[in-house]
Amino acid sequence: MTTSPAEPPAVELSGVGRTYPGGVTALQDVDLLIHRGELAAILGPSGSGKSTMLNLLGTLDRPTTGSVRIDGCDVSAMSDRELSALRAASIGFVFQQFHLSPGRSATENVADGLLYTGTRRRERLRRSAEALHRVGLGHRLDHAPHELSGGERQRVAIARAVVGEPVLLLADEPTGNLDSVSGASILELLVRLNAAGTTVLVITHDSGVARQLPRRIEIRDGRLVSDSAVPERVGSR
Amino acid sequence: MRVRRLSVADLARLGMVGLFARPLRVFLSALGIAIGIGAMLAVVGISASSTAELDRTLSRLGTNMLIVTPGKTLSGKNAELPAEATAMVSRIGPVEAVAATGRVPAYVYRNDHIAPGETNSIEVLAVDRDLPGTVRATVSAGSWLTPATVDYPAVVLGAVAAQRLDVRTPGTRVWLGGHWYAVQGVLAPVPLAPELDRAALVGWGAAREYAGFDGHPTTVYLRAVESQVEAVRGVLGRTANPQAPMEVGISRPSDALTAKRAADDTLTALLLGLSAVALLVGGVGVANTMVISVLERRSEIGLRRALGAKRSHVRIQFLNEALLLSALGGAGGVILGVLATGAYALSRGWPVVVPGWASAGGLGATLMIGALAGVYPAMRASRVAPAEALSAP
Ligand SMILES: Nc1ncnc2c1ncn2[C@@H]1O[C@H](COP(=O)(O)OP(=O)(O)O)[C@@H](O)[C@H]1O
Ligand SMILES: [Mg+2]
Repeated sequence: MTTSPAEPPAVELSGVGRTYPGGVTALQDVDLLIHRGELAAILGPSGSGKSTMLNLLGTLDRPTTGSVRIDGCDVSAMSDRELSALRAASIGFVFQQFHLSPGRSATENVADGLLYTGTRRRERLRRSAEALHRVGLGHRLDHAPHELSGGERQRVAIARAVVGEPVLLLADEPTGNLDSVSGASILELLVRLNAAGTTVLVITHDSGVARQLPRRIEIRDGRLVSDSAVPERVGSR
Repeated sequence: MRVRRLSVADLARLGMVGLFARPLRVFLSALGIAIGIGAMLAVVGISASSTAELDRTLSRLGTNMLIVTPGKTLSGKNAELPAEATAMVSRIGPVEAVAATGRVPAYVYRNDHIAPGETNSIEVLAVDRDLPGTVRATVSAGSWLTPATVDYPAVVLGAVAAQRLDVRTPGTRVWLGGHWYAVQGVLAPVPLAPELDRAALVGWGAAREYAGFDGHPTTVYLRAVESQVEAVRGVLGRTANPQAPMEVGISRPSDALTAKRAADDTLTALLLGLSAVALLVGGVGVANTMVISVLERRSEIGLRRALGAKRSHVRIQFLNEALLLSALGGAGGVILGVLATGAYALSRGWPVVVPGWASAGGLGATLMIGALAGVYPAMRASRVAPAEALSAP
């Protein structure tokens, strides 16, 4: 894993905590550094705070304590508009439920990944088709989600996440709704995308999935309990 | 890293996709708007068509006719015009045509077996030969009184009188004041002098000769130069009855038609108000559809936020959908309104008039309603917290 010093780390959490309005503390005191080009699993049982973590990493939510830096940008200092722009340009999301829009072709769905980046439609469609080829769906460009298998739908979602060539790809239980064969091929695809340069974070409760990834970060009850990479400490506690 | 605005084409496409994902619901809420706009446009269109018809009628009949009647004496009895009133009126400079009718104290029956009481409310009037030219009456069957028949027992029936007597063919005889009269012709309805429709008309001379007519006119019809009508009106009383000018009644029958238009305007305003309520209900339907849409599409909103949509992108997307939805309804409504106006006007033989301002106004109102109906749902959509929206099932 090579990182040029000029490039900021993809993710930098220091002392991050998130307490929900009801009083539930879903995340507490998390320090984490993920460099560009890494491939890591965030592993934990249900309710341990994984999705909360994904929302913070994806700038969909803000921490109640600590600081979150994505690609060098301090999230707490940014406005909602700026965060939207950051997500459009630098972060790709893959969800367990795919979240594809029904009745529209795979190409249209993937092109939505560029809709808010100011790219012209022609270019969006061209890059969408390209991304679909990259995830092995070159033969399914015009198919609507309901004409695709679960594994294929997740590939479309992944293509949508990477069509904008984000710095960071966040996948929340990407294999959660899939059988083991499709799940394995999705994981393989993520590994391949990582090899091509994308930083990939896979959130999972399945240690079988986590075991296949080079770095495993484990959380339990909102705390980071182990990190296979034993990363350097960031900031002070 | 700046996020650019969506192009108009992108917005339109987004709106279409959002709407056509739920075609039935969209159709029904657009229909609500369409009914409102259609009703408003039909009300305005039918009223405009009716006005156009009235204008056409007025220009055909002319507005320069005046009618002189004897009126009442100060003690409330029926007054009488002097026998020479017609001749005196014709001497007023700007008067172009004059004709008189006089009530004859006789009744007309289909034959001599009918009981005397069954008069069918048909008046017998003595007439000048100039009458059709002055009131612009035409015959629908047979002919008008000729110089040869005007002093003989011949009669021309008004449209309603002919119907009541069940006489259609000229040449038939009717029993009038104890004599047989040959029906010479039947008049078409006379819009400016509907009293002629219910009358049996006999020549002035014949009426005096056979029916005991006293020769006093009871109605004098006259046409004046259009610009002088009011001036003529001012001197008519003195001219027609110099002995008692105040008794004389003067009217301008085209005023009645114009007054009818004013009455129609009141009704139109009322109906327009009702249609506006329908349109408002349609607008509430659109708002309702949009609110439900926002609730149902939380995960789509969350996803779009994750893909980099700003709040304003989400807001404009939903606002745009609401506008598109009501514009759809508005366009449908304009079509409905034009069809309804056309069908009604044509069925009555009126010219079809749908004012352009009404169609434009309808579409404008639609867009305003769409904006109003969409603004709250759009605000709600844009305030959805992305993380929560994505975790929604
Ligand atoms: N919006 C929320 N409001 C209140 N509590 C929440 C909210 N989201 C998650 N939680 C709570 O935070 C904890 C962590 O949830 P989550 O991050 O979803 O865990 P995981 O994804 O690992 O299952 C849980 O106890 C959950 O009930
Ligand atoms: Mg979760």
